[in-house]
Amino acid sequence: MSKVIKILGTGCPKCKSMTGIVSDVIKENNIDATIEKVEDIMEIMKFNVMSTPALVIDDVITIKGRIPSKSEVLALLN
Amino acid sequence: MFDWIQNLADWTVYDVLELDKGAHLSEALNFFIYDTIKILLLLFVIIFIMGIVNSYFPIDKVKNYLSRNKLYGLEYLMASLFGVVTPFCSCSSVPLFIGFVRGGIPLGVTFAFLITSPLVNEVAIGLFIGLFGLKTTLIYVASGILLGTISGFILQKFKLDKYLTPWVKEILANAQKEQDAFIADKKSLKDRLPVIWDEVKTILKGVIPYVVVGIAIGGLMHGYIPEGFFEKYMAKDNIFAVPIATILAVPMYSNASGILPVAQVLVAKGIPLGTAIAFMMGVVGLSLPEAMLLKKVMSLKLIAIFFSVVTLCIIISGYLFNILL
Repeated sequence: MSKVIKILGTGCPKCKSMTGIVSDVIKENNIDATIEKVEDIMEIMKFNVMSTPALVIDDVITIKGRIPSKSEVLALLN
Repeated sequence: MFDWIQNLADWTVYDVLELDKGAHLSEALNFFIYDTIKILLLLFVIIFIMGIVNSYFPIDKVKNYLSRNKLYGLEYLMASLFGVVTPFCSCSSVPLFIGFVRGGIPLGVTFAFLITSPLVNEVAIGLFIGLFGLKTTLIYVASGILLGTISGFILQKFKLDKYLTPWVKEILANAQKEQDAFIADKKSLKDRLPVIWDEVKTILKGVIPYVVVGIAIGGLMHGYIPEGFFEKYMAKDNIFAVPIATILAVPMYSNASGILPVAQVLVAKGIPLGTAIAFMMGVVGLSLPEAMLLKKVMSLKLIAIFFSVVTLCIIISGYLFNILL
């Protein structure tokens, strides 16, 4: 089943580098997933996170406020 | 403690590169090598220690604590102290603001956190120790915490709720005190270390370019500007120096890593420490980009009140620094 990945962040450099890492991991490992960037603050607040960037996989918040490593993202996706 | 770095810098400049002792270029280069190594080492140590502390005070825990406990006036100080140990990136200020509002935390307390957090953090502390020494650092940290506490307290008195944007008011109306205690992460320090270590690397990677450029500019100024140069223009008895420095600084944005090495040279060349610190606090604490972000949650009037109160407090602490030091 295809996973839905959401990256919450208002567009700061940290959010961009998180998006880069996640899309690299998906490509390198041929993972079936879509990435959606959530940049609207009102949408972001629906997830009740207080620090961005946040990584949401299938509606579960997995990481907030920091940039994960590739291996960490891969572990979360498996 | 840092003699070995000075020896290394001397050896590199005078023995390896065979530059003349006393020449502007060699003095500037020597200063650059010494400062860069010393400051990066200190930054590494402080960021690592603060990373461990922060691992035990995640932002959600802080919010729960402030939301659940009645602190009888101490909440401003607590929020300000939490601001020190919680890392903060200006792009998180809006989500954090909303999170606090949603938890029923008073606006003034939220402001106390938002003011102190960028002013006093691991990068600022590490740089401050390296550039100004421990005593000045302690005074700076204490005044940063007080600045947030007092500004937050004053802002609360203004009854600012009505100046929030409509969607935030709605959140405020539905705000509720956190009922559940925060479920603490029961990980051992050893399990936390990999994540802390990653954070240390990310923060260091982010600030190194600024620090190096800042020290390079500082180094050039150090070698070429004569001692006491600024005293002519910005003497301690010039009562307008502090407000002018602060007001110039507010619209500018830089993080502590870029501005501090330059501030240190300004001080070495005769600008009073209080004036330099007021300038630095203005640059780091308030900025136009931050005002733009806050527009999502606050009316212009509220932003103006917020900025004015903090600017005023920065000016006052600048004067206090000049009198006390």
